[in-house]
Amino acid sequence: MTKKLPDHLGHFLEFGGRFVPETLIHALDELTRAYQQAKRDRKFQAELKNLLVDYAGRPTPLYFARQLTKKIGGAQIYLKREDLCHTGAHKINNAIGQGLLAVRLGKKRIVAETGAGQHGVASATAARVFNLSCDVYMGEEDVKRQALNVYRMKLLGARVIPVTAGSKTLKDATSEAIRDWVTNVENTHYLIGSVVGPHPYPMLVRDLQSVIGKEVKIQIQKKIKQMPRAMIACIGGGSNAIGFFYPFINERVTLIGVEAAGKGLNTNQHAASIGKGSVGVLHGMKSYLLQDGDGQVKIAHSISAGLDYPSVGPEHAYLKKVKRVQYVSATDHEAIDAFDLLTKMEGIMPALESAHAVAFTSRYAKKLSKNDSIIICLSGRGDKDIDIVRHYL
Amino acid sequence: MNSFTQSLKQKVRRKEKIVCAFLTLGFPSLSHTKQLIRAFDKIGVDIVELGFPFSDPLADGPTIQKASDDALRRHIQLHDAFDIVKALRREGCNIPIVFFSYFNPILHRGVETFAKLLHESGFEGVVIPDLPPEEAKTSDKFFRKYRLAQIHLVAPTTEPNRMRSIVQKSEGFVYYVSLKGVTGVRKALPNDVASQVRKIKRLTDKAVLVGFGVSSAKQAKQICRFADGVIVGSAIINSLATSGPGIGKTVQFVKSLVDAAKSS
Repeated sequence: MTKKLPDHLGHFLEFGGRFVPETLIHALDELTRAYQQAKRDRKFQAELKNLLVDYAGRPTPLYFARQLTKKIGGAQIYLKREDLCHTGAHKINNAIGQGLLAVRLGKKRIVAETGAGQHGVASATAARVFNLSCDVYMGEEDVKRQALNVYRMKLLGARVIPVTAGSKTLKDATSEAIRDWVTNVENTHYLIGSVVGPHPYPMLVRDLQSVIGKEVKIQIQKKIKQMPRAMIACIGGGSNAIGFFYPFINERVTLIGVEAAGKGLNTNQHAASIGKGSVGVLHGMKSYLLQDGDGQVKIAHSISAGLDYPSVGPEHAYLKKVKRVQYVSATDHEAIDAFDLLTKMEGIMPALESAHAVAFTSRYAKKLSKNDSIIICLSGRGDKDIDIVRHYL
Repeated sequence: MNSFTQSLKQKVRRKEKIVCAFLTLGFPSLSHTKQLIRAFDKIGVDIVELGFPFSDPLADGPTIQKASDDALRRHIQLHDAFDIVKALRREGCNIPIVFFSYFNPILHRGVETFAKLLHESGFEGVVIPDLPPEEAKTSDKFFRKYRLAQIHLVAPTTEPNRMRSIVQKSEGFVYYVSLKGVTGVRKALPNDVASQVRKIKRLTDKAVLVGFGVSSAKQAKQICRFADGVIVGSAIINSLATSGPGIGKTVQFVKSLVDAAKSS
């Protein structure tokens, strides 16, 4: 586990890499160089830190969920409150960091893809901070189910471009954002929202999100003077999970990623690319992929738009292969129940994405003893999902 | 060196211009694809680039995206590509055909199995737009083993050192992407195409073909003044999409491209 990954070509063993049209190689090289310099640049790091503290509202609290713990009965449950970040989810950590890089690269415009709209909102927000123009691609289906976030992006001055191709969700929004980037690569930075895509994105986004795990490490020491027994996060592309897990990779902690099982893993309507997919290439990376016998990408399904993606970050594929992280899943139904549970027990409405992590915890915590502790990454807040929940409950 | 590469080099030496025509497999139907390849052979098209429809065609603009979606809705599969080319070869149609596909369908089938199937079906080469040389090391080996030319792409943003190494690796011909962007018809091409192509030609005696955005006889003629040939895709697909059930109009259009290119 001590080897530094990815390698210089962006590989996590067989996963990752750069499967993109030649036109983009130059921009990816340029971004890799800029990031390597920024990483060593104290001024850049200080600026990033200031923004994360004064603007994004970090550090976010680590909260002991007393009522939830009592209700479930078993391990002590803590919540890492990324839902309290500015704009309502962990996505802002990455958007601010990449926004700073875009400025460093001299780009005047950012493009982003979004599923649930949280990354779109975070990007539109970062665009205001750095005075960049911002176009967000969003699947038509998601534009419908996340109307509130669409309006937020518009208020923030971003242009939201509905994507009507394919499944009309995150997968197609990502393809369209990449096509835009190929076309406008000289003045535009592609602000990718998760640990997916071609190198250096999976590494870059992981590093920017690792602030989550770094804070947890300090906070949990203060609270319980030892390592937690387990850490649990939801996985779409996998950015909150990687950021949460990464600082604990070499610690003796059980790490669990929860994928979206949609209507069930035995149906055709889920988004469990690790659980049910096979190795493939999409959006510039090699990873696990939901695909048919001819290598055509299958349409994913999840009640949460943010998990509705047929692949997963390549580092998760690697962590699965080396068995460092356990990957499990929760259904739409379980996520809704967990949303209700957390709301009733703690007065906290989780994003439906994060509700998948809560759902698995409610099964898992029971099996552990009262001396164990579990930390859930509560990656976002649930206001955006109220309409879906209302329809369901 | 691959015999396909050699034959194209000979054309370059004879200053004979090369026209490569793109078709989406199964658009608007498999029988159209077959008839079009036969017709292209007769009117002097040099290479057919047969595009396998993919669910997520990253490098393609709306025209080829639509054609791909359309073909996939009618359940076009990989074996259709092999079957069509086998049948054409059996009836003596020998026009060089290269397979265009995004990498995932190839990876999923297994690169070696795939290379073997392409070779046995009678393909000359392969173009994979999302497989840059860094990721192509293992597949190179299998394509070479089955004597398939792996055609690499050079973009306007490719730096000089990288350009040299891509040009060296590319078999068949060198595919110069004329513009920053996706495939699709453009009214005008960027000003630096000629100077970029000349740069590539100083590095190699392999054929250098220009693709992306090439859409009219006039443009084909213009490009053939400095390049060894053109690749035309979206304009042909557009013609098929708008000209009704027959292939006559499309063949006529491609004939005009061939005539323009060869007379430059």
